[in-house]
Amino acid sequence: MKENSRRGFMGKAFGAVAGLGAIGSLVAMKKSWDPLPSVKAAGFTTLDMSIYPEGEMITEKWRGKPIFVLKKTAEMLEAEKSDPAAQARNIKVGNDNFMVCIGLCTHLGCIPAFRKKEGNFLCACHGGMFNAAGDVIKAPPPRGFDIPPFRIDGNKMILGEVGPEYQAMKDNGVTL
Amino acid sequence: MAHFTKATSVKDWLNQRLAVETVEKVMASEYWIPKNINFLWAMGMILAVTFTLLTISGIFLLMYYQPHVDHAFYSVNFTIMREVDFGWLWRHIHGVAASVVFLVIYIHMFTGIYYGSYKKGREMIWISGMLLFVTFSAEAFSGYMLPWGQMSYWAGMVITNIFSLGSLHLDGLVEWIRGDYVPAQAFLNRFFMLHVFLLPLVIMGLIGLHFAALRIPHVNNQDGEEIDFEEESKKYLADDTKNSKVMRFANDFLSKDLMVVGFFLIFFFYLVFWHYSFALDPVNFDPADGLKTPAHIYPEWYFLWSYEILRPFPVDIGLIAFGFAQVIFMLLPWLDRSENTVPANRRGKFAIWFWVMLVDMVVLTAMGKLPPEGIFSTIGLVASLLFIAMWIILPFITKNEKKA
Repeated sequence: MKENSRRGFMGKAFGAVAGLGAIGSLVAMKKSWDPLPSVKAAGFTTLDMSIYPEGEMITEKWRGKPIFVLKKTAEMLEAEKSDPAAQARNIKVGNDNFMVCIGLCTHLGCIPAFRKKEGNFLCACHGGMFNAAGDVIKAPPPRGFDIPPFRIDGNKMILGEVGPEYQAMKDNGVTL
Repeated sequence: MAHFTKATSVKDWLNQRLAVETVEKVMASEYWIPKNINFLWAMGMILAVTFTLLTISGIFLLMYYQPHVDHAFYSVNFTIMREVDFGWLWRHIHGVAASVVFLVIYIHMFTGIYYGSYKKGREMIWISGMLLFVTFSAEAFSGYMLPWGQMSYWAGMVITNIFSLGSLHLDGLVEWIRGDYVPAQAFLNRFFMLHVFLLPLVIMGLIGLHFAALRIPHVNNQDGEEIDFEEESKKYLADDTKNSKVMRFANDFLSKDLMVVGFFLIFFFYLVFWHYSFALDPVNFDPADGLKTPAHIYPEWYFLWSYEILRPFPVDIGLIAFGFAQVIFMLLPWLDRSENTVPANRRGKFAIWFWVMLVDMVVLTAMGKLPPEGIFSTIGLVASLLFIAMWIILPFITKNEKKA
C-alpha cells in the first residue's frame, strides 16, 4: 500500500515535469514558425506618391504582394459622385486622390488585370470584376480589394504602418 | 541470460539472436491469405512498390535539388534535367509515380468500398488507410511546391489561404504557416522538410499500422465469407492444401501479387519513358512570380474532385463542403449501417449508391478541370450537392438492408 502511493506520487510528479516540458517545447515550436524578424522588418514599403501619372495603373510590391496604385483622373472622380462606397475608398495625398490596394482577388487570391478602356479590373480565373475604386462589381469575390495598412507623410505613403486615415477606414468597415 | 548453443548455420546463428524464423512465419510463410481474392487485392502490393520507387527516385533528386527560392527552379529544370546523367529518369519516375500512386490508391479504396472491407472488425484497416490517404495528399502537395514554378507558387498561395477559414479571416495563422506574408524562403524550406523527412516518416509509420491492422481480422475476400483462419491454416499445414480455404502469403500468394505488379510496372515505365508529360503541368515550367497569376489555377487531377466541391459555393459554405468531403470517407464504417460484408452487387440499393458515387466523383473530377463557366458550373454544383446528399442518405438506405 505504502509502496503503491509512493509510486503513484512518483508517477504524478513525473507527469507534471513532463507536461511542463511538453508545453514549453510546443511554445518553442510555435515560435520557430513565426515570420523571422528580418522578414517582419522588411515588411514596410515607402511610395513617393508625387510620381504617379493620372489614370495609369501601376503595380508596386509590398510584402511580396502586388499593390495596385491608381491616381484617379477627373472623369473617374466624376463617375464616383453618386457612389459613396467608392468615394470612401479614396485615399487623399496632397490634392490627389488615389486607389491603393492589395492586388489580389478576394476570392482565391489571383491577380486581376486592369482594363484601361473600361476602367475596371477583371480576374480571369473566376470572372470576378472590380471597379476603379476597388469595389466588387461582379461576384464571386466576397468583398472589394483589401487596402494595405498605410500612413501618409507629406507626399510619401508608408505601407505596413497604421496611420489615422487607415484606422478610420478600418473602423468604418471600408476594408478588413 | 538466455541459453545459446553453437550455431549450425548462419541462419541458426541469427535465429538464436534475432528469432528470424518467427519473423519469417509471421510476415510470410504463416501469414494466411484467402484463396478467393482477385487481382484487385494486389493494389496494396502495387502501392508498396510505387512508394519504394518514389523513395528511391526522391533520394536521387535530393542530391542535386536546392531548396532556395532563387535556385530551386533551375536546380530541377536545368541541373537535374540536363546536367545530371539520368537525372531526367529520376524526375520522370518521381513525377509519374506521384500521379499514378493516387490512381492506385483510388482503385484500392473503391475496391474496399465495393467488397465491404471496412466493416465488422476491419474498421482500423479502413481508418489507417484513410489516414494514409490524407498524409499522401499532404506529401503530394508539399512536393508540388518544390520546383518553385508558377503553379507551385500559386497553389501554395491558394491552399495556404484556405487556412484563413473564409469569414474568420485568420490571416495571422496563414502567415504563421508560411513564415512570411506570401510563400517565400521560409515556406519553401519548411515544405521541403515536410516532403523529404517528416511526412515520409509518418507515412512509413502508418504503413506499419495499416499492415498490423490486417493481422487479426485478416484480408477480406471476394464473397465476404467469414473464414476460420485458425482451422483453415491447420489444414494447410497438414498438407491438405487443396481443401484449405487459405494459403501462405509467401511464396504462394506472392507469386500472383508479383505478376500483377509486373503488369503494373510495364504500364508504369511505359508512362515514364513515353508519356511523362501528363504528370508535369506546363504552367510549372515558368519560374514562380508573385506579381503574375496564371490564367487558370487548378490542382493535379487527383485533387480535382474535392477542389470542385469547394468551388461552386460562396467561400464559407464552400469550405464547409470541402471539409466535409475530406473527412466523410473516414466515417464510412459507421455510416454504412448494414451488417452485410458482401460485394455491392448483392446488396441492392448499396450497389446503386456505389456506382453513383463513383460516377459522381468522375464528373466532379472532369468539372474541376474545366473553367467554371456556364453549363460546367451548373454540372459542378449539381454533382457537389449530389456528393453531399449521397453521404446523408447512406445510413438510411443501408439500415433496412436484407441479410445477404
